[in-house]
Amino acid sequence: MKVLKLIIKNPLRHKLRTTLTILGIAIAVISFGLLRTVVTAWYVGVEGSSANRLITRQAVSFIFPLPYSYRDKIAQIEGVKNLTYANWFGGVYIDKNQFFARIAADAETIFDVYPEFMLTKDELETFKRERNSCILGEGIARQYNLKVGYIMTLEGDIYPGNWEFIVRGIYRPRDKTTDASQMIFHWNYVNERMKEDMPERSGDIGWYIVQIEDPAKSAIISEQIDALFKNSPAETKTETERAFQQGFLAATSAIIDSMNVISFIIVGIIMLILGNTMIMAARERTREYAVFKALGFSGKHLTQIILGESLFISAVGGGVGLVLTFPIVVAFEKVIPKGFFPVFQIEPITVILAVSAAILIGIAAAIFPIQRALSTKIIDGFRFVG
Amino acid sequence: MSAIIQVQNVSKSYWRDSFEVPVLNDLSLEVNRGDFVALMGPSGSGKTTLLNMIAGIDRPSKGKLIVDGTDISTLGESSLAKWRSAKIGFVFQFYNLIPVLTAFENVELPLLLTKLSKAERKKHVETALGIVGLGDRMHHSPKQLSGGQEQRVAIARAIVTDPVILVADEPTGDLDKHSAEEILTLMERLNKEFHKTILIVTHDPHAASRAKIIRNLEKGDLIPEVA
Ligand SMILES: Nc1ncnc2c1ncn2[C@@H]1O[C@H](COP(=O)(O)OP(=O)(O)O)[C@@H](O)[C@H]1O
Ligand SMILES: [Mg+2]
Repeated sequence: MKVLKLIIKNPLRHKLRTTLTILGIAIAVISFGLLRTVVTAWYVGVEGSSANRLITRQAVSFIFPLPYSYRDKIAQIEGVKNLTYANWFGGVYIDKNQFFARIAADAETIFDVYPEFMLTKDELETFKRERNSCILGEGIARQYNLKVGYIMTLEGDIYPGNWEFIVRGIYRPRDKTTDASQMIFHWNYVNERMKEDMPERSGDIGWYIVQIEDPAKSAIISEQIDALFKNSPAETKTETERAFQQGFLAATSAIIDSMNVISFIIVGIIMLILGNTMIMAARERTREYAVFKALGFSGKHLTQIILGESLFISAVGGGVGLVLTFPIVVAFEKVIPKGFFPVFQIEPITVILAVSAAILIGIAAAIFPIQRALSTKIIDGFRFVG
Repeated sequence: MSAIIQVQNVSKSYWRDSFEVPVLNDLSLEVNRGDFVALMGPSGSGKTTLLNMIAGIDRPSKGKLIVDGTDISTLGESSLAKWRSAKIGFVFQFYNLIPVLTAFENVELPLLLTKLSKAERKKHVETALGIVGLGDRMHHSPKQLSGGQEQRVAIARAIVTDPVILVADEPTGDLDKHSAEEILTLMERLNKEFHKTILIVTHDPHAASRAKIIRNLEKGDLIPEVA
């Protein structure tokens, strides 16, 4: 391309303007990348949930418990393959800003229902045998440098007092979307101590997890479960794990939705930044474009010059932004509570979206200036006074 | 031998909003090969308009333009562009150099449309810049040159493709007396030594006096030649 020299030299005419434009694009790309990473991290969490698991919780709110007696009734429903239950333990491990899920679950059945938490046969048997043992996700074990045999002390809040657990297994996530940051221990162990300390709370179940044979029946089975406890003091609400996950942080979900929208608004903003620069540039060069045309250069050449410059700026801005996005996402991950998002990394789709957005923006920002340059008659170009 | 430029009964009007503004009325003019013609006349008399049509960057409303054997009033946009790049060298009042390119690169521009190799282009550019006396300023940018030097670069750009006709619209209009003199001398040389047919527009009688023929325009009409 013979006009290459101009494509590179033109943006250097107004160094400050070009620098600001490039910075604007870079910042927008960083925001885009960060927002998309949060959005995808959120959906990864949701996608990690299984379609053949139902969650049964108290109808009013998930913070109210369900009676233990529901277990047998739910188990009798046709189509239920496995059933387990769990309580949200909460508590603090070392630092209250460090967040990971701590769950008291039925040791006998929990890993039948969650096959994506992979344990060796030995680990599972030892865990089931020892009442005060726990299983850790690989991610958490690595983060705190915990190994099998280590003791973990939690400071309870929902369940007051100090709690000691001995690590008996470290589960490996089966899929990329599997949450590797959970701590799971015996519901029985917690419940026994509650019988002594707070007998009125013993036997409380946070939620039941119902594994069903056929995901297509999830709606019918959910209705059947909820019908069982209709008009009882503790009515239930049953939904798929996916729906539960989304509803669990309903407010967050709204924020995520708006982030999703904002990330695309940002693309629009970059377009305006670059579009503005390109329109100013094309206006200033009206006379030059007339010179090019008078010398015999065609519309194709002018298109190359203008489009090239636009793409050049958007590529540099996009490139700078993309390169900076990686360290910034890493830094961001350090700031948000650990384990808040089980998987927090820049997805290839985010990079692809950012790159294609940069290219599209480069093209879009050039359309108006090109159209103007092509349609201006030579004599009008010469008479034009900027 | 027929004239290299034949303007035959050309009329031109522009449209301003919905008003037709007549600029040239049924004008005819012939310029012979090797002539050096100055077009004079008061501001707004249509000199630039006539020059632009001869150079193929504007079109007549009526009439015929035959330049170096081609009826350019019938050419399509892209054939006209090709024709211009081969036949016409342009010199403007405000030089119109591309500010981000060096003198060398500015002069090289029209050659980018030819099939010449890089080495051949370099040779042509050096020759053209040599003719205008700027062989030692090749890698200067327009900003580093004086007005007179810029105009000389523009002339080098106009002659680098070896066109048959040079058109210059007020080439000395923005220059001091000394630089203007240099440019006019250069034009004379291009006419005498290189046999270029030259058409300049000027309202400076002194500048016009350097041409072989002076023609006067008055409100869109050519004043008959005095023998
Ligand atoms: N592109 C245009 N649109 C409208 N009017 C024009 C245009 N070009 C020239 N004119 C008008 O035509 C007349 C002659 O212009 P021009 O040829 O530039 O005169 P000169 O070069 O002799 O000063 C002027 O009245 C000018 O305003
Ligand atoms: Mg004029």
